[in-house]
Amino acid sequence: MSLLKPGHRGCAGCGDAFAGKFVLDALGEDVVIVSPTGCLEVFTTPYPESAWGVPWIHSLFENAAAVASGVEAAMNALGKKNNTKIVIIGGDGATFDIGLQAISGAFERGHDITYICVDNEAYMNTGIQRSGATPLYASTTTSPHGKVSIGNPQHKKNMPAIIAAHGSPYVATASIGYAPDMIKKVKKAAQVKGPTYVHVHAPCCTGWKFDSSKTIEIGRLAVETAMWPLYEMENGEITNVRKIKNRKPVEEYLKVQGRFKHLFTMDGKNEGIKKVQAIADWNAKHFGLE
Amino acid sequence: MRKNMVVVEGSYAVAHAVKVCRPNVISAYPITPQTHIVEDLAQFAADGEMNCEYMNVESEFSAISALIGASAAGARTYSSTTSQGLALMHEALFNASGMRLPIVMTVVNRALSAPINIWNDQQDSISQRDTGWIQLYAEDVQESADMTPQIYKLAEDEDVLLPAMSCMDGFILSHVYEPVILLEQSLTDEFLPAYDPEFTLDPKNPMSFGAFADPGTYTEFRYKQEKAMGVALEKIEEIANEFKDIYGRYYGGLIDGYVLDDAEIVIMAMGSIIGTVKDTIDELRIQGESVGLLKVRSFRPFPTEAIRKALKNAKVVITLDKNISIGKNEGALCTEVKACLHNTDNRVPVIGFMLGHGGRDIPINMIKKIINKAKLVEKGIFIESEFADLREDLA
Amino acid sequence: MKLIIKTVTKPGSTRANKTGAWRSFMPVFDHKLCSKCGICGIYCPEGVVSKLENGYFEPDYEYCKGCGVCANECPKKAIVMVLEGK
Repeated sequence: MSLLKPGHRGCAGCGDAFAGKFVLDALGEDVVIVSPTGCLEVFTTPYPESAWGVPWIHSLFENAAAVASGVEAAMNALGKKNNTKIVIIGGDGATFDIGLQAISGAFERGHDITYICVDNEAYMNTGIQRSGATPLYASTTTSPHGKVSIGNPQHKKNMPAIIAAHGSPYVATASIGYAPDMIKKVKKAAQVKGPTYVHVHAPCCTGWKFDSSKTIEIGRLAVETAMWPLYEMENGEITNVRKIKNRKPVEEYLKVQGRFKHLFTMDGKNEGIKKVQAIADWNAKHFGLE
Repeated sequence: MRKNMVVVEGSYAVAHAVKVCRPNVISAYPITPQTHIVEDLAQFAADGEMNCEYMNVESEFSAISALIGASAAGARTYSSTTSQGLALMHEALFNASGMRLPIVMTVVNRALSAPINIWNDQQDSISQRDTGWIQLYAEDVQESADMTPQIYKLAEDEDVLLPAMSCMDGFILSHVYEPVILLEQSLTDEFLPAYDPEFTLDPKNPMSFGAFADPGTYTEFRYKQEKAMGVALEKIEEIANEFKDIYGRYYGGLIDGYVLDDAEIVIMAMGSIIGTVKDTIDELRIQGESVGLLKVRSFRPFPTEAIRKALKNAKVVITLDKNISIGKNEGALCTEVKACLHNTDNRVPVIGFMLGHGGRDIPINMIKKIINKAKLVEKGIFIESEFADLREDLA
Repeated sequence: MKLIIKTVTKPGSTRANKTGAWRSFMPVFDHKLCSKCGICGIYCPEGVVSKLENGYFEPDYEYCKGCGVCANECPKKAIVMVLEGK
């Protein structure tokens, strides 16, 4: 039985719920989880209930890394740390945007913590607003497509590289579409001493607009098209890459999601898809995916 | 000077008091005029005189956030801040109180920007009035130091469990060198029990902290905080007396009077201005004036009953505020004293004076001028509230 | 119900909330087609598809929200989503 208990209020087919479950599957009971504000936090802990079978704390949106630093410091000071892992599970808004400063501080200080970013590429809890993790041209409620807009105009920020630049000993990307791979990486991140980071791609059926049964399939499509490369970095160097056999064109990933539907119906549609394909091509080359 | 007294900087006296309280986790971020406290603590830690985790964080927001995590994990925690730093913490202050985490901070009071100004007033802590933190104000360096173990004992009381600010005026107290008695470790160990909360972040008893509450459950969290403040009202006096028994020093509990009982004119104030007011009163008493002082030590919880009792015989009440609610033209103490008398038969006039903003000096003559102005009420000239120390050439 | 001090809540207490009531489509598991691979158990976001003593898998319908991921992921197509009866 999972340590993330049922009865939580996650949407049917929720990608965050998968991520939370896999993280706890990887870590077991000897853990303290810190959650910033976000979907996972809200849907697991409506007072007086909690879905967490492990100690868990939520403070605010932007401070999870600092809270986790304090938990680690306290457990060290009180002689209670032993093998207990202190793990943050935060969304992309909390990680890329509002909580970035606290993450930078915590990684610089070198606490023995693991930060898991569960990335569903927008602020889903507040109703699908764009974040620094939203990919190019995705239509969100604050980056809608329209007569003069083809959706989110910015590229997704390279968060793993920012963390690696802090000198983190272990940084990895993962996907809920590849559960065994993700579980292995979360385990490794927790075992490596010091501040480590796992960036988990987690499709959101509500925000990306696809049928709830497709959450895992679309997670895999992101990897198979090179829109979400899977790799590991140790001490700043890429040490392992998941290779792709027969890379699929990005259309296969884009066409199954409502947030990219406009790319297939608007004037000059080929230009938009081409630009997205260029991102995948760059990933394939940069990370040596093929 | 007494034998066991030493001349030290106010910040050092407080840092030393923190040390003997044996905090487990300290988070620090520099900001004037608080910096000397965390520097002194850093040196204690560097010299191996403290068994604690000393964290240099990247902002005041992370300073308080780290303590939220540390306190939930069962640690006794400490930080110190002021002004912009305290304002930056604002959101997390509510959070610490709502989660019932007895974090202790020294607030070294300083003015807020703009215009940027590093000197003393009390706008910073007053502006955090409604965050659910206990707020005590110290009159001098010795009280600032002595307040530290008192406020830990109060915050960590199992029927209180609220975070607490020990407030001391910036520069006037933090940077002054005075003869003080440094708190003895043995007495402090006797006075302050170890912090042993019922629930912590513990894999053996995996509770969840910081749930989300809907309209069906939210109100009761606020109600419980208010009830805890009510308990604190009683404990502040109790703890001040226990402190007196062990250390032999007493500064009042919620409030303290100075030649108050027969005074027709009562001056109310908080913090280091009390010393100047006492000197003024001493001079005026010699001249036969019936002036007394009511020192407010606890601003949160607000000592409504104690103040009502203390003002029973007053003919005029003067409040001195180093803060202003812009748009109300009053300082917080003025507003709150008026409100606390409203539902009573006592219709004593309460006259508010705002002064000392941004570190402007408050000489004895200023207090005398204020008293003379307030006395005009006897002639039917009533001042509601005003700045006492405006410069005509700039205003 | 009195509040426990602070905002502390007990582990796993969302189990009081039976999310099976949300379901529109119900996954029906056909043991004849099942290869007992367990992928349905891994890819259940509620964590409620469990292995039976005979090695087959079944969801806990008290909590299953009917998302259909298990049916979509089953390599043997041994799970079908059936519209809930009134």
